[in-house]
Amino acid sequence: MRIEIALSIAGLAVALALGSAAVSLLAARFPKVVRFVAMPLTGLCGVTAILAGLSALSSGGVATATLPLGLPWLPWHLRIDALAGFFLLLIGLVTSAIGLYGPAYVRGLEQGRDSLVALGGFTGLFLAGMLLVVLADDAFLFMIAWEVMSLASYFLVAFQHDQAANRRAAFLYLLMAHIGGLSILLGFGVLASFGDGFSFASMRAAELSSIWASLTFGLVFLGFGMKAGLVPLHAWLPEAHPAAPSYISALMSGVMLKVAVYGFIRVVFDLIGDVQWTWGMAVLAIGSLSAFTGALFALMQTDLKRLLAYSSVENLGIVFIALGLALIFIGTGHRQPGAIAFVAALYHALNHALFKGLLFLGAGSILHSTHERDLEQMGGLLRRMPWTGLFFLIGCLSIAALPPFNGFVSEWLTFQAALQAWQLESGVMRSLIPIATAVLALTGALVAATFVKVYGIAFLGQARSRHVRRARPGPWGIRAGQGLLAVLCVLLGLFPTLVIGLIDAVPRQLLGLGLPEAGSRGWLWLVPDAFEAASYSAPLVTLLLIAIAVVVVWGLHQVGVRRVRRCDAWDCGFAPPTSRMQYTATAFAQPVRRVFALLFRVEEGQVARDGGGMRHQIKIGDRSWDRLYLPLAALVDGAARRVVRLQSGNVRVYLGSTLATLLVLLWIVSA
Amino acid sequence: MVDALTPSAWLLAFEQALLYPALAPLLVGWVRKVRARLQNRRGASVLQPYRELRKLLFKEARVAHSASPLFRAAPSVVFVATWLAAATVPLLTIDLPIAVVADIIVLAGLLALARVFLALAGMDVGTAFGGMGASREMMIAALAEPAMLMAVFTLAMTAHSTNLGSVIAQHLGDAFILRPSYLFAFAGLTLVALAETGRIPVDNPTTHLELTMVHESMVLEYSGRHLALMEWAAQIKLLLYGVLVANIFFPWGIATDPALLSLAIGLGAILLKLAVLGAALAVAETVLAKMRLFRVPAFLNLALLLALLGLLSHVILEVGA
Repeated sequence: MRIEIALSIAGLAVALALGSAAVSLLAARFPKVVRFVAMPLTGLCGVTAILAGLSALSSGGVATATLPLGLPWLPWHLRIDALAGFFLLLIGLVTSAIGLYGPAYVRGLEQGRDSLVALGGFTGLFLAGMLLVVLADDAFLFMIAWEVMSLASYFLVAFQHDQAANRRAAFLYLLMAHIGGLSILLGFGVLASFGDGFSFASMRAAELSSIWASLTFGLVFLGFGMKAGLVPLHAWLPEAHPAAPSYISALMSGVMLKVAVYGFIRVVFDLIGDVQWTWGMAVLAIGSLSAFTGALFALMQTDLKRLLAYSSVENLGIVFIALGLALIFIGTGHRQPGAIAFVAALYHALNHALFKGLLFLGAGSILHSTHERDLEQMGGLLRRMPWTGLFFLIGCLSIAALPPFNGFVSEWLTFQAALQAWQLESGVMRSLIPIATAVLALTGALVAATFVKVYGIAFLGQARSRHVRRARPGPWGIRAGQGLLAVLCVLLGLFPTLVIGLIDAVPRQLLGLGLPEAGSRGWLWLVPDAFEAASYSAPLVTLLLIAIAVVVVWGLHQVGVRRVRRCDAWDCGFAPPTSRMQYTATAFAQPVRRVFALLFRVEEGQVARDGGGMRHQIKIGDRSWDRLYLPLAALVDGAARRVVRLQSGNVRVYLGSTLATLLVLLWIVSA
Repeated sequence: MVDALTPSAWLLAFEQALLYPALAPLLVGWVRKVRARLQNRRGASVLQPYRELRKLLFKEARVAHSASPLFRAAPSVVFVATWLAAATVPLLTIDLPIAVVADIIVLAGLLALARVFLALAGMDVGTAFGGMGASREMMIAALAEPAMLMAVFTLAMTAHSTNLGSVIAQHLGDAFILRPSYLFAFAGLTLVALAETGRIPVDNPTTHLELTMVHESMVLEYSGRHLALMEWAAQIKLLLYGVLVANIFFPWGIATDPALLSLAIGLGAILLKLAVLGAALAVAETVLAKMRLFRVPAFLNLALLLALLGLLSHVILEVGA
């Protein structure tokens, strides 16, 4: 009974999202409508999505519905199960925070020239599209919802379209979203032709030969991987995410990429059914490549939002590493470690939605207060925006996978899954998984360096420019949105066993088994496999940390001089340091850039200034551009030039080619 | 192992945890003393690090005007995280409830937590030296951390467990066979330990005001008890790595039951092992010269390759066998 209610609540969430879009149409006359009606509706949509997700996860059942919409012989099907519920929960959590954050942020746009109708309307459509992708139970509705999501987000990327860079980013995004969409459509086409229909139920029943299954896998991996921003198909991501308004970036990076993960899981683990371990190897390799490249490029960025976008490439890489491990283990018949890896992937997806959402909201609130995205101009923001500083710190510690925050839990689970590699029979696989693990460890350390840099440059030290020196904390709504996500980051880090108890319904429904041992020792301990082998108690680690800290601080107060005197910075006795003497973001990243010099395209040199001085300039480029994208673009360009020759302008030639086509078709049909 | 969650086991874990801050300055004093003798100096007493800590603890702390609250919180965070990380490493006995609370991956995570706060504190005042030290520290850590994890994963895969107590118990239970994977992992972990604790080929703990320094430039702005905590944490970290190397690769003598006699034997054994390791460290620091900063990546790549070789030789040669 309860699962049917979950479906109705999910339907309500979609309706609320559409309602918020519809209400925004009034914004042309009354700009305040976005702030006072549309954004609260968005927040409400988030809360309902959370409720739907929670009830679907806790009931563990399946409910379906057929809508009286769509084509006459092809009505739209909806379905909610544990997997859909999990992703509804994920979407809902970030959306609720945005409902809090949005009104104050939108207020700053009310005076500007940018259209609030477009912002509010497409935000609502975007949300509705994402919710429907998760709820769709046939390929038809899935693709429609997918396109609504892609197109709405295209308009959001192009929101501030008076800047050429934003238009370019939006076009690139549109282009790649459609290549990806086409690939997914072809994948569904293969499944539908075997399964005799577009509904997921008939696809699930289809019997595919291993070659066709692999082909379908390849197509959907390409399509969903492109949306998820996996290397080398990530090029649109660092362009598109920074262009959109900050809370849209949070939605795109924190949530939309997860919808791609959802699609991948739905098709590969659910619809195709029998997974093959070779797919796992491909996913593992691409995931490792994405994680490493994303981390390395994130470290090199000086634009805060671009940096966060590259870090999404890295985090999605980690999700796919875990999914690859799950595929390998399940494909070779080791279902228990497969379930561990699967749960690790889900947990990391959820974590990333929370901390990336938090960090993008933080970047947005810096932007709101200082109009600055460039790290080299920031500094000392912790004292000017203490709450944002605190929440951003929590986000940084979470994303750097430090205990006791949430990012650590999913990384810990991924390592635990990888350490089960000894169970595999094939020596090749046994030796490739450890290499992927080494990449994961290297990635983790690079991420820590990246976020030390971000936090140290932006929030610590001294302000590097005048407008940053004058920064004021944002309004309460902006702080509350970040606070909600920060609290969730801490809670998910502190009580992983409870969270896993909740999301365990997904592998139980999808793979047929969950992590039975996870809560076997109570909520205090997280046990992936066996208590003797591995366990982690986040609450106790935190408790011990706090207890020792209290004792140490108390002890220090008992001995010696308690007084702390303020003075000038010592700095080895040089003159008092100015903000120009601080390390910059580029300088911070320089050692790593030098170590991995081969992987970047670095242009470094002196440029003459107008005033006669010299200026040191450095540009760090992505090698995938000149290795993959530009040759591909040249290829397409060349092919197009050849096709142009058909356009002679002579009607007789056109009619002749039409005749030839008809003859060929006749021959094919009759043969 | 699992039934160790009794109050007496916790008490033992607590006492053992207290041994870390108590013994750490002694190890540093011992290394300095041996090094002084090797250099034909008499050197200060081995108790000198205790006196330095005491002196710093009783001095007034000074904090720059431009420092944020993070600057004052960081020493406590660094000290506490390092201490808790150390407390998870079996020192006297392997029957520890804390090993169930936090395994090897958590140990690495806690050290990373301490490192992040150390680097952030270095950047807080906004001096050039602090940023330089933080940048270098994070670069070294980025290369050292995978090597460390690979080395400990070799052992974890052998024992099918990431619980440090189980790993050591497994090694103790083995007949004495020379596993190639252990040899590689040992070499890798030793190199990592040198880098992570800021010892000579990578960093020089005794210099000041040199552009080559890493750890010192991050704590340059600290004084009084803040500095004491930072220095103490660094000493505990050295001891932690010493005990890790000593007890994982040479576990003999460590107590497997909580009897008083075996604990005493455990204490004697670990002191002996640490004395030997400390002397070896002193010899290495006397013989080797400090590397240029950009030679360090090559050094750490070597460590990573050794650790990875260890892991691969384990999964290829030893799993099926």
